[in-house]
Amino acid sequence: MLSRIAESLFWIGRYVERADDTARLLDVHLQILLEDPWAEEDLACRSLLAVMDRPAPPRDVVVGRDHVLDALAYDRVAPSAIAGALVAARENARRAREIVSTELWECLNTTWNQLPSHLRPARPHDFFAWVRERGATVAGIMESATSRDETRHFMVLGRSIERADMTARLLTTRALAGSAGPSWTTLLRSCGAHEAFLRTYRGSASDERAAGFLLLDRFFPRSIVSALDQAEQCLADLEPADDRSAADEARRHIGLVRMNLEYRPLADVLAGLPHEMEQVQRACSAASDAIRGRYFPTAPTTTWVGELL
Amino acid sequence: MADLFDDYGGGPAWDEMLERDGTPREASRHLYEALSRLSEGELRARADALARSYLTQGVTFDFAGEERPFPLDVVPRVIAGEEWDHVAPGVAQRVRALEAFLDDVYGPQRAIADGVVPRSVVVSSTHFQRQSHGVRTPNGVRVHVAGIDLVRDQAGTWRVLEDNARVPSGVSYVLSNRRAMAQTFPELFAALRIRPVADYPRRLLAALQASAPSGVVDPTVVVLTPGVYNSAYFEHALLARMMGVELVEGRDLFCAQGHVWMRTTRGRRRVDVVYRRVDDEFLDPVVFRSDSVLGCPGLMTCARQGTVTIANAVGNGVADDKLLYTYVPDLVRYYLHEEPILPNVHTWRLEEPGALEEVLDRLDELVVKPVDGSGGKGLVVGPRASRAELDVLRARLRADPRGWIAQPVIQLSTIPTLVDAGLRPRHTDLRPFAVNDGETVSVLPGGLTRVALPEGQLVVNSSQGGGSKDTWVLGGAAPPRADPQAARRGAPMAAAVPIDANPDDDLSAQVLQQQQQERARTRGGAPC
Repeated sequence: MLSRIAESLFWIGRYVERADDTARLLDVHLQILLEDPWAEEDLACRSLLAVMDRPAPPRDVVVGRDHVLDALAYDRVAPSAIAGALVAARENARRAREIVSTELWECLNTTWNQLPSHLRPARPHDFFAWVRERGATVAGIMESATSRDETRHFMVLGRSIERADMTARLLTTRALAGSAGPSWTTLLRSCGAHEAFLRTYRGSASDERAAGFLLLDRFFPRSIVSALDQAEQCLADLEPADDRSAADEARRHIGLVRMNLEYRPLADVLAGLPHEMEQVQRACSAASDAIRGRYFPTAPTTTWVGELL
Repeated sequence: MADLFDDYGGGPAWDEMLERDGTPREASRHLYEALSRLSEGELRARADALARSYLTQGVTFDFAGEERPFPLDVVPRVIAGEEWDHVAPGVAQRVRALEAFLDDVYGPQRAIADGVVPRSVVVSSTHFQRQSHGVRTPNGVRVHVAGIDLVRDQAGTWRVLEDNARVPSGVSYVLSNRRAMAQTFPELFAALRIRPVADYPRRLLAALQASAPSGVVDPTVVVLTPGVYNSAYFEHALLARMMGVELVEGRDLFCAQGHVWMRTTRGRRRVDVVYRRVDDEFLDPVVFRSDSVLGCPGLMTCARQGTVTIANAVGNGVADDKLLYTYVPDLVRYYLHEEPILPNVHTWRLEEPGALEEVLDRLDELVVKPVDGSGGKGLVVGPRASRAELDVLRARLRADPRGWIAQPVIQLSTIPTLVDAGLRPRHTDLRPFAVNDGETVSVLPGGLTRVALPEGQLVVNSSQGGGSKDTWVLGGAAPPRADPQAARRGAPMAAAVPIDANPDDDLSAQVLQQQQQERARTRGGAPC
């Protein structure tokens, strides 16, 4: 497979997952702002912007939900906003059009076509629900109509790395906003994990268990550890280890941070949660770079300069 | 100024939103102004959004054998914080009195001995279960969940209409109404401080776990439902889901070795607390109706032995009895040595001398109810009944005075409700829910407001085709924050980890070149 195509597939996985995760995150945060009369809107919105790597307006401006929605949901240019990620996913699919199945292409293209009519609805929840639905359709097509070869491995790899990264960001929102931030229940809900969590622990929910569930649960697909696990699995499928002594660099980054979470006492991890989550995000970013270096090398662009030798 | 409120025309009843002169009450002012700004079309669009959201969620109610979306009106009921701080203790007080009464009546029966309640009233109640005598849960709670139906009369006084200590339903609609309303009216939620209701499942689970047999470390709680065809199945499923416990049917349970078990894929698992939504008579075919397939044979024996807790306790119906209702204020004074906070509605006990004659005389101006009915079944509103109906009723009252009570017609308070003609006053009641964990009785802020949709209809019940409204209790103190300092400053953010993007996506240069190339080609120039 051409490296350029593989890279597009990798990014389709990442962008679609990003749109999905961001939609979940915003949906739940906005719902909480509505339902909890004691929520501090300005602080909560600022911490959201900070976590999503967006510049916050100056201190004296009150940040409201509309600002957050414009920046993180409806912005069609920035690929870290929902709309932007969906546009970027479609652009990447267009570049890999001959490899991407027609079903998947049409799904992403339809999403792109419908995007303008779904932006800025009366109830933001409708937009988020639509985005999640499109995300689920993409995942469903990948699951049912993509053969288990490199095409799928690259897409799932992108998806898993993005998922670990976004869950880490989500957990940071709690640490950042302090007690004004979302409760663990909120975080579980935004990952669609609340009901699974309640069933696992039969309702005897404690903060520590909730944190452990989102960080470490091996069965819930959105927990950080199981997302990292899946990323590792994809890397192994792409290239079974042939070097006897050293691991592939991307696997090293991911494995290291996964071990760090998995084999340390939960209390230690929770004590320095923002730091730990930053480690996860950095590892995801480093792994992404390593994957690019390994699988999608780009030749340095040669520029000819009209000079005499 | 408000075309939505044109021709609103309040009746003689107390209106929850508007004063008699048409100005909004203090607590409702913001809501009124927000509604006034909407056109009728906009309001109807929101109403459609609500109905759609209910269809998607499957929030349905079984009405005459048909599954319908539970009707939720767009206009909520607003209760001022101070007002609620009067109602909630009243509800809690009522529950504590009923709790004490049930404990007494299935035990030493002191209240009967002391002449507070006649023995005949207790033993003649349809729901008095002798089998429950001496069965006591470890923490003594019998009314784990209660729903006390309140109404507001013409003068604006809150009164208790009836008590539900068996299996009060409707709390799921409180939870889902709130969710749907928050999504439909975000701007109102932003402006008003509405007390949240979302932690109800957690409280309920805590109360159920607290009542588990002693010595059980991690009690297994289940919700027992009659099955998917029950009218309140949605509620059973929602509560089980929100509490993270198993939703079982009778056939999933069995009794062996003095314990209750459920069949699972990993073999049998012991059950410690059964939150049952099945009526007493169907619970255990060994003790009650032998043809019941909804229950579990042997359940009562296990409860008697104290190896399983049934919540709410069997036999609570004696406290629901509408004749006993007339004695509840006395019970409050007798057990709690307090004055009742919430008064009853005046009620004639037809067995008392002279009462039957008076009621028969004034039948066309009274409301007559069967004592063991629920859901408005069998209720006759005198002024709206035909002469023939009243004659039939007269004969029945003479034949069975114990089976009926009579009350004056109360003009239930009204709230603006969206009907075909626009916003119109419709009669409402309120069912607050109280959870008793053995230590405290906590009352969920608000409750289920039910509304009678036909004009002038005074029976508000979902089984009579009624609707519901979200109930907003305003204000109140903020819950204690773990660390108020942390809330102020927030943890310092060193530097956000940037969100990556495909470097190829920044294509401005490339796109330009590819397009230039094409343009160059069409011009026929040679690319260099």
